[in-house]
Parts: sequence; structure tokens; C-alpha cells
Amino acid sequence: MHDVTLCLNGDVHRIRVEARRTLLDAIREDCGATGTHAGCEHGVCGACTVLLDGEPVRSCLMFAVQADGRELRTVEGLAKDGVLHKLQQSFIDHHALQCGYCTPGFLMLAAGLIEADPDLSDAALIDGLSANLCRCTGYANIVAAVRAVLGRAPS
Amino acid sequence: MKPAAFEYHAPRTLEEAVAVLARVAPEEGRVLAGGQTLVPAMALRLARPGHLVDINGVAGLDRIDVADGVVRIGACVRHAAVDAPGPMGRLMALMKRHIAHGPIRARGTFCGSLANADAASEWCLLAVAMDARVEVRSARGARILAVDDLLLGSMMTTLEPDEMIVAARIRLLPERARVGFHEFARRAGDFAQVMAVAVLGDDGPRLAIGSLEPRPRRLPEAEAALANDPVDLAAASRTAAAALLLPEEDAYLRALAETSVRRALEAAA
Amino acid sequence: MSAAGEKDYQASPSPRLAPGAGRVVGQRVTRLEDAPLVRGDGMFAADVSFPRQLAMRVVRSPIAHGRLLSIDTAAARALPGVHAVWTAADVADIPPIPFRATKVRGLEPYCQPILAAGRVRYAGEPLAVVFADDAYLAEDAADLVVPDIEELPPVLDATAEPAEFLPGHSTEPTVVRKEYGDVAAAFRDAHAIVELALSVGRHSGVPLETRGAIARYDASRDLLELHGAAKKQHWNRDEIARLLGRPPAGVHLFEGHVGGGFGVRGELYPEDLLVCLAALRLRRPVKWIEDRREHMVATNHSRQQHHRIRAAVDGQGRLLAIDDVFFHDQGGYVRTHGARVVDLAAGMLPGPYRLPAYRVAGHFRLTNKTPAATYRAPGRFETTFVRERVMDAIAARLGLDRVEVRRRNLVTPAEMPHARPLDTLGTAVVLDSGDYPGLLDTALDRFGWTALQADLARRRGAGECVGAGIGFFVEKSGLGPSDGVRIAVDKTGGVELISGAASVGQGVETVLAQICAEALGIDYRRVRVVRGRTDRIEFGNGAHASRVTVMSGSATYRAALAVRAMALETAAGLLQAAASELSIVDGHVVRLADPGAPLMPLGEVARHMGPDSALMVGRTPGLSAERWFHSAHMTYPYGVHLAVVRIDRGTGEVRVERYLVANDIGRAINPMLVEGQLAGGFVQGLGGALFEEFRYDETGQPLSTTFADYLIPTLAEVPPLDLIVSEQAPSPLNPLGVKGAGEGGTNGVGAAIASAVDDALRRPGAVVSLPILPRTVHALLRT
Ligand SMILES: Cc1cc2nc3c(=O)[nH]c(=O)nc-3n(C[C@H](O)[C@H](O)[C@H](O)COP(=O)(O)OP(=O)(O)OC[C@H]3O[C@@H](n4cnc5c(N)ncnc54)[C@H](O)[C@@H]3O)c2cc1C
Ligand code: FES
Ligand code: FES
Repeated sequence: MHDVTLCLNGDVHRIRVEARRTLLDAIREDCGATGTHAGCEHGVCGACTVLLDGEPVRSCLMFAVQADGRELRTVEGLAKDGVLHKLQQSFIDHHALQCGYCTPGFLMLAAGLIEADPDLSDAALIDGLSANLCRCTGYANIVAAVRAVLGRAPS
Repeated sequence: MKPAAFEYHAPRTLEEAVAVLARVAPEEGRVLAGGQTLVPAMALRLARPGHLVDINGVAGLDRIDVADGVVRIGACVRHAAVDAPGPMGRLMALMKRHIAHGPIRARGTFCGSLANADAASEWCLLAVAMDARVEVRSARGARILAVDDLLLGSMMTTLEPDEMIVAARIRLLPERARVGFHEFARRAGDFAQVMAVAVLGDDGPRLAIGSLEPRPRRLPEAEAALANDPVDLAAASRTAAAALLLPEEDAYLRALAETSVRRALEAAA
Repeated sequence: MSAAGEKDYQASPSPRLAPGAGRVVGQRVTRLEDAPLVRGDGMFAADVSFPRQLAMRVVRSPIAHGRLLSIDTAAARALPGVHAVWTAADVADIPPIPFRATKVRGLEPYCQPILAAGRVRYAGEPLAVVFADDAYLAEDAADLVVPDIEELPPVLDATAEPAEFLPGHSTEPTVVRKEYGDVAAAFRDAHAIVELALSVGRHSGVPLETRGAIARYDASRDLLELHGAAKKQHWNRDEIARLLGRPPAGVHLFEGHVGGGFGVRGELYPEDLLVCLAALRLRRPVKWIEDRREHMVATNHSRQQHHRIRAAVDGQGRLLAIDDVFFHDQGGYVRTHGARVVDLAAGMLPGPYRLPAYRVAGHFRLTNKTPAATYRAPGRFETTFVRERVMDAIAARLGLDRVEVRRRNLVTPAEMPHARPLDTLGTAVVLDSGDYPGLLDTALDRFGWTALQADLARRRGAGECVGAGIGFFVEKSGLGPSDGVRIAVDKTGGVELISGAASVGQGVETVLAQICAEALGIDYRRVRVVRGRTDRIEFGNGAHASRVTVMSGSATYRAALAVRAMALETAAGLLQAAASELSIVDGHVVRLADPGAPLMPLGEVARHMGPDSALMVGRTPGLSAERWFHSAHMTYPYGVHLAVVRIDRGTGEVRVERYLVANDIGRAINPMLVEGQLAGGFVQGLGGALFEEFRYDETGQPLSTTFADYLIPTLAEVPPLDLIVSEQAPSPLNPLGVKGAGEGGTNGVGAAIASAVDDALRRPGAVVSLPILPRTVHALLRT
């Protein structure tokens, strides 16, 4: 067993886990933050995307021990003081979710993309968002929602 | 889909790392680099290492150094960070885009790709095309391998269980070299069905193909054909495709080879 | 009109919701569902946990077909943290999974037992279950369970001669036959006959959330709860109760958030019964979360069919008869749907065309693959592909334009309602309303079809391999028989709407709230929709077959009107006015003459109708009503798909450049949500047309068991999509005029893309199977 400290959305969680516990399971089961979802647990769907030191990663492809002392952000950390993050509001306004299962992963992916480059080109946006799978929306509204946050007209 | 149990080691120095690896190698000990191949394989329980030696905390492995016309890529350099001056950097950028997706490129490593030896690995293809060399360490000592002597076949290398790759070295391309890359995959980010690299100009021609055979390979016959005057790209592409050993004489795969080589050449031309 | 149809076919009685957009119906309002989902506050199956819960893990057959000789569970039992390991012998008292949706008799021997006994019939079949302290341990233990299976040759081809399933039972339990008109004469007198052999690959819904089931037994109340339920809570509740020998009232099912249904989720599966049984026996909550690799072999597959179809036409290209023989690859067992997909395929194949004579034989065949059932547009994605291939073939044979051939055969508005001497799902097929040629023209116009042809010709001249394609489809929706809704207004003016419907992520809550708000005169955000649970309403038919908006929507409308009438009557008494002079606007009673001046909030009216109110003495208190909607017929949405594709000659890759879906759904309660359904449905269709396939090797080993080898389209594969949500043909069968919108986006994709690929290749009839793979296209380019 390993003692691990995760800094999740600014809160410190001291947890005790087996080495094999994935970061995804640790966030969900040990920290109780179930907003981050498992879609495949083998790295393809992106439902488990979180920000590790600001960068989007697949939390199913890391062990919790590897995140010891690192800064993690998940969907639960997006809204501030009860006010939705502009991406969250834009997802609602653009009907960018149906079942909502992929949504936390897409929100974190998009947050990472636009924080890294607020002037992201459209091609880079499409390329970046093609990392994650959505089975409901057909994607167009997700792209529209992120474009709107970037201050761009839907195309 | 949960990994089987293992013991976790997080060495801080290279010496420590190879010492631990030497100790745990007999019990299915493995290096954990980016984890972007190893962790899914463990989740599917296709891999069940008894020990993981996590090299992410080893000081100095995440460096890219350029000296004497060679770029040296440390074992913890992520796909996203792979870079080099001049045409080599351009070629790396062209290829990088095709490796999985951003969040995977943020973790997976160049050297991990070489150690993993996937037939469809872009970095293996680049290494083969450029005659890269690989620095290997173990508690027993250090050696430098030509990539041709590292890669055996699909997911097979000549690394001993107690050895790890410390860095890869690739010669830079002269400023006037022209580079081209082509890849065909079913979906964005998927492993390639076929891919080819072409380098023309000063250092060239270099031509290599990946995905279709168990390991990437240079295409010397086609490179020779490129020396003809006038250059006939179509003929060189046919020559390239004809050189491959394909299962049951698969006409489609041979056509893919021809297409890919041709497009890489056209992109470089 | 057929005799069967005539007696009960009638338009829905008034009151009907006035056509056109209302205050909130017809508006693109944002969804009530979204706030918790974007915050990460959703409650999906895996998010449900109870103290002391055990994790269940299923041990699955590694072999497609064989005799199960023994299972060694000793090592697994010995592992610390393991509480029980069960094999078939431990659950011998539980009957196999029953059917809920089939008229076909004699399927019982083909039902799936909850754990394999004696035989294994597909790789992935549950053989044993392990219960342990957590999911990691349970998986460790499951790995230690060793089955001894004597391999038998697998049946993998549904077109091969039927084999023996059990002594006395062949692998073809039934052939679904339908026929009308003089088929033989039509073929005898035909000007031309086209004949095609076509197949559709095995693919399925594959929602992003896998299945999950969490059961707990509350001994203090003698109540068994199942969480993670979806789609058909009430039927599943009744069956679980029956199979476990409990009264239905002692079992309750709860649907939380659901990560996509698409037909596959919410059917009764072995795992649902296993967790319930374990919760009862082990007296601890039991949680099972399917992993993705399990999902690919355990959850219903769909679609795989092979058709041999012939069509007889006259000199003008008008259909005289269709004669189709098809083989449906069912997989290892018959699941809850029975032979439903075969029946739907047979009943819906004629689509939008006038068809004087028709004969179909659907061979329902078991194979050694994962069992199959419904997936979005079941039986229609397949047969639209087949039928539209036939229409293209007719055009090619007679040298006619593809669009013109369709135009000549489309049922016209004057022929509506159009009864076919056919039935499907136990209802007569009566196309209720529609202007098929009108929508075709609208779609072609919007797509710029004529100019497009010139542009494509120019591009071909420049060496490109490009083409355009078309597929016309008819959907079905609003399957009855009934649905009820209860609406109650509380003292604060808040409204609770309790429905027997379910929600699998498509926006049911918002849509029902909009209908309720429109009828009642309130803000839709004040409506709290309760769905998917058996403890709040006695009956329900769930969410499937694009039925919720039609059935529950109509019931909602009626219940809301009833509540409104009650409110006005009470308010009239309190305000000394005539009820007919009053109305409700923004949650307040107003005078019709002065709607801007609120007289009394609705909550106040509700307060006056409380149990202690003097007004209610001798009456049932509460500002609430329950209403039902019944329907014996389905309504038939319809539409057109248009595609432009570009083929890469070097790789055979097909890229869709541009796409249009036009769908008439009678009325769009929320056009934004309808567009969302069409867009998402389209991408699923695109998957089935070009990417997704469950492949098997020659020993029956599944080859598509991860997301790396089952190719769901990503954003990068999706072309710009244009949508026409048409409301030209409201359904006469319900007070809202609505038809379902869930499946039209998927239905015609295989057909339209196949047609476009043919066109690009300049080879009519080249595409004979889905998915259309680069290798196949490349070969076609060369032959
Ligand atoms: C969805 C998805 C798509 C992908 N698509 C592509 C793609 O298109 N192209 C592509 O090339 N890759 C692809 N990958 C794989 C990815 O690039 C991996 O990062 C890479 O193959 C391995 O690098 P890693 O650092 O993650 O290695 P790890 O996963 O950590 O290790 C892989 C193997 O190499 C060994 N190893 C790693 N580093 C060393 C070392 N320094 N010395 C000795 N042994 C070592 C490990 O022990 C292990 O056996 C994809 C992965 C995913 C999940
Ligand atoms: S759950 Fe991590 S990528 Fe799918
Ligand atoms: S909204 Fe359901 S998977 Fe994206």
C-alpha cells in the first residue's frame, strides 16, 4: 500500500492505495469525485480526461502513485463560487451534451486546450477535440460550444 | 478491467533505476515510462509485470540535447516535446501529429516507443529511416546500439530484461534537406495502416516504410532508383512496394505501400 | 386499408395542440438535464455505491462453442476477500431470461440461462460469477476460475444450412414470413427484374457508459432495489420479481443518469438477475460495472443480415413486386426481443414506395456469436440500405435518373393514410401522413443537387473520384399501447410530473416539461420530471422505439390540460369569476381580458385544494391529475439522406465531404433537441456505414473487443451536416401531432453513402455490403 497525496481542485486528499490503483479509480473511489468517468479504461475514449499540472491526460493510463503531490483538476473544479465556467455554460447553451457521460472529459480537454492557447486555430481545435469520443451528439455542437468560448462564430 | 497487482519502484537516479531493474528483472520487472502502452496492456491483463520501475522521477531523463549535429532525446521526453533544429524538427512535427492524440502525446515517450517496438510506431520508423542509435544502460554497464540492432520484430527488441534505454540519438539533417511524411490510418489518431518517410536533398535520399512488415525498414532499392535522372517517383514507389515481404501476396497492402511512398516522396520533392 | 387496420384506425380525438410554435413548445430552450451533468454531479450507475457493497465479476467463456465439462473455482474461493463464487449449479432455480417483445411462439428453448449450463454458445457468455471486496480483487479471483470446455465447431455463417441447437431444435427457430398481392404474376409480367445479394455488418449501440447494476436488499422493509436500470423499468421489475419469486411491490428499479441507450441498454440481462440474487443471498449490496471489453462481447450486438432480394418493375421503373429472402444472424441465444428485429425488417422493408405485391421470408438463425437485438433504427437501417440499393439498381437497369425512379414510386400525399396489408410489432402498417415527394424536393433543393451534379462532373474531369448519393427512408415511432402521466402542483407553484417513461440521455425531461408548461401556462423550469423508477408510478412502458415524446408527451398534454381545468375551476370560485373568463399565464391565474395582470399564483390555487381546505371537503384533494394516452398504431416519420463522398484512389478510403438529413417529424417540441438527435444518429449511422464492425475469426473468437479495434467515428471523421427538421405532416394519431425523432438520423446513412460510393466509382451496384471498407473500395477501383 502507498500513501499518496492528491491535490484535487485545490483540496488535499491523503489516500492509501495499492500501486495498481489507477488515477481514475483513485479520483472516483478514494476522493469521491465521480464526475470523471470511465468509458474504456484503455486509453481510447477520453471520458477520464483530467488536467495534470494543467495539461489534459487520460487518468485511466496513470497510476495514482504517479500523481503523488501533483496538481489535478477535474470537472468538479470548473465552476467557481457556484458560477459555471464559461465552457460549462456554453455546453448548455449549444446543446453540446445529451447523455452527458462524455461531457466531463470533453470539458477538461477543452479547458486544457484553450488555457494552453487562447488563440488556437480552428484546425488545431478540431484536431484537439478529436481525442475524445462522444456517442450521442455527433460532435458538431461540442465544437460550436468551444468555438463560442474562443469568441468565434460557429462555422 | 483492472491491472493485476505489482510492486512499484520510483528511483531518483539512473544508478538507482538500473540497480532496481537488475533486482526485479527476474520477476517480470518492467520499466514504466509514459505508460501509454503499458498501462492499457496491464488493464487488459495482457501484461502482468511483477514490478514496475517508474523512471519518470529519474533526474535528467527528460532532456533534449543538441550537440555535434546530433539530437539526443532522453528516456522521459514526451512525444509532445520531441523536437530538433532544422529539417529534422520539421519532420518530427509532421510525424508527431499522427501519434495518438494530445493527452497521450503529453505522457508517452519517444524512447518508450522504441522499446515497445510497435510495427506501426512513427518514432520507430523515424529511427530506422535515420539510422538512429540508442543508449542502453543496465547495472552491468552501458552499450550503444544501432536501431537496426535493437528492433527485432513486432513488439520485440534485443533489450535484456535488466536493460533500459537511456536516450536515442539522431543525426540532424542538413539545412537544405527536404522531408516528407505520409500516413494512412482509419481514424484520426489511430495506428497507421501504412506510413512512409522520405528525405531528399543533401543527406538523401532516405526512404523508409512502416506498419506493413513486423518492423519498419529502409528501402535501398527504391533509394537507388531515385538516383536515376530524370527522377521517376512513380517507378521508385513501385520498386519500394515490390521489396516488401507481405503475407499471402496481399495486393491491397502492396498498393498501400506504393501510395504511401509516393506521397511521402511527393511531399519531400 | 386492410381489415385489421380499419376498425381501430382513427385520428386522435381533440383537444389537439394548435399547430405552430407555442410559448415554449417549439422553442429551442436549454435542457433541464444539463446543469448537474456539466458540473460532474451526475449519478450514473458506477457512481452509485452503498456501504459494505461487494463487487461482482463475471467469468466469461473464452470459447465460441463447446461442452462445458466442469469449472474449477477452488483457487478463486481461497483468495482472501472473496465471498462467493457461483456457477450454473448455484443458480439452477432461476429460470432463463424471458422474452418481452415477440409474437413468435416456440422460442423458449433458445432463451439464455443466467449462467451457462452444459453448453457455451458464444465467446463472452457468463460461466461463473465472483463476489469480492472490491473490483480489483474480484477480477483477480475471476482470473483464477478455470473452465474445462470441450470445443465444438462453431456456426458463424447465418446463410449456411441450419445446424442442431439442441436435440430436436435447429439453429433456425423460425422464419418470419409476410406476403400480399400476386408476387408470382408480377414477376411473370415484369418489364425487368433486378436481383441483388446484400449484407449488413454486425455492429451496435456501444454507448459510452458501459452497463452497470447495483442491487441491495433492505431487510427492514423486505425490499429489493436495483439501481442502474434503464429503458424498461416496469417490465424488468415484474420479471425480476417473478423469476426471484417475490411480489412485484417488493422489488423496485431506479434509473439514474444513463450514458446512452441506443436500444442495447435496459434490456434484462443475466447480470441484472445475478446482482439481485446475490444481494438477497449474501445480504450485502452487490455492484457490477461492466468493463469495456466485456461490453463488446456481452451487451447486445445488432444489424447483421444477409438479403437476397428481387424486384419486378414495369417499363417506367415502377415497382410491381419485391421478393426478399434474408438471413438474420442472431448470435448464441434469443434475448428479450425475441424475433422483433426480423419482424421489423420484414414489415418496414417497403419503406416509402407504392408496392403492389410483396413477399418476404426472414430466416431467424442462431450462430455462435454474441446475441443480437435492437439498435437505433432496428430493421430499418438494414432494410433501407437494401431497398435503396434496389432503387439504384432499377435506375441503372432502365437508364433512369436515381431521383426520378424514387419520385415515380413514392406514395403521394393523396394516398395518405396509406395502409399496407402488412403488420409489424403486432400493429398494422398504416403510413399515417406525409408529403414524401415534397420533402424530397425540399431536400434536393437545399443540398443544391442539380448544381452539385455539374460540380461533381467537373471534379471527376479533373481526376477526382467523387460522387453523390441518396437514400429515402420511412421510420416508425410511438409504439403503444399506453402511457400514463401524473402531474401535481404544490403550494409554491412547483410542478411534479411523474411518468412511466425512461430517459437514456435524449432530453425526455425537458420535452415533457415543455409540453406540460405549454398546456398549463407555466415556466418549464418549474417542472420537475420524475422518470425511470417503479416506486413512484405503478405502470410504465419506458423509453424505446422513439415512443416517449409521442406516448408520454401526449399523456402529459392531457394531464396538464386536466390540471389546468381544475385550477381554473377552483380559481373561478375563489375569484368570483367564470372559469371560461380565466386563463393561466406565467404560473398565475389571469383574466382573459387582462392577461397582463396576475390575479393569483398557481401555488395559491393548489393551497386552496389541499386536504385541509374547506373547499375540498368530500372531494379528493390536490391540484393534480393522472391521464393516459393509448394508441393502437404507430406513426411514421420519414425523410431523405443526401451524401457527397470522395474516394482516395491510393488507399480506398471513403471520406464523406458533406451530408444532409431531412426528416419530417410532424412537430418538433424542441427543434434544438431534434437536431441533436439527428446529428448524433447520423454519426452512429456513419459508423455502421464505414467504420464499425464486430469481427470474428474462423474459430468464433471476437476480434473487436476494445475501442482500438471497434472504430467509433471521432470528430475528425464527421463531415459538415445540414439538417432539415420538417413539420409538414403532423401525425393525426396524437394530440400533439408529433412523430418520433430518435432514429431518422441513423436510418438512411448506409443507403445514402453506398449510393454515393457507387456514383464516385461510376459503377452502379458496386457496393453490396456494409461497412464499406477501404480494402473493398480499393479492389473495386481496380476491377
Ligand atoms: C489510444 C492510443 C493510441 C495510440 N496511437 C499511437 C500511434 O498512432 N502511434 C504510436 O507510435 N503510438 C501510439 N500509441 C502508443 C503511445 O505512443 C505510447 O506512448 C508508446 O508506444 C510507448 O511509450 P510510453 O512511454 O508510453 O511507454 P510505456 O507504456 O511506459 O512502455 C511501453 C513498453 O516499453 C518499455 N519501456 C518504456 N520505456 C523504456 C525504456 N526507456 N527502456 C526500456 N524499456 C522501456 C516498457 O517496459 C513497456 O514494455 C497509442 C496509445 C494509445 C493509448
Ligand atoms: S476511460 Fe480513459 S480513455 Fe477511456
Ligand atoms: S453526450 Fe453521450 S457520449 Fe457524449
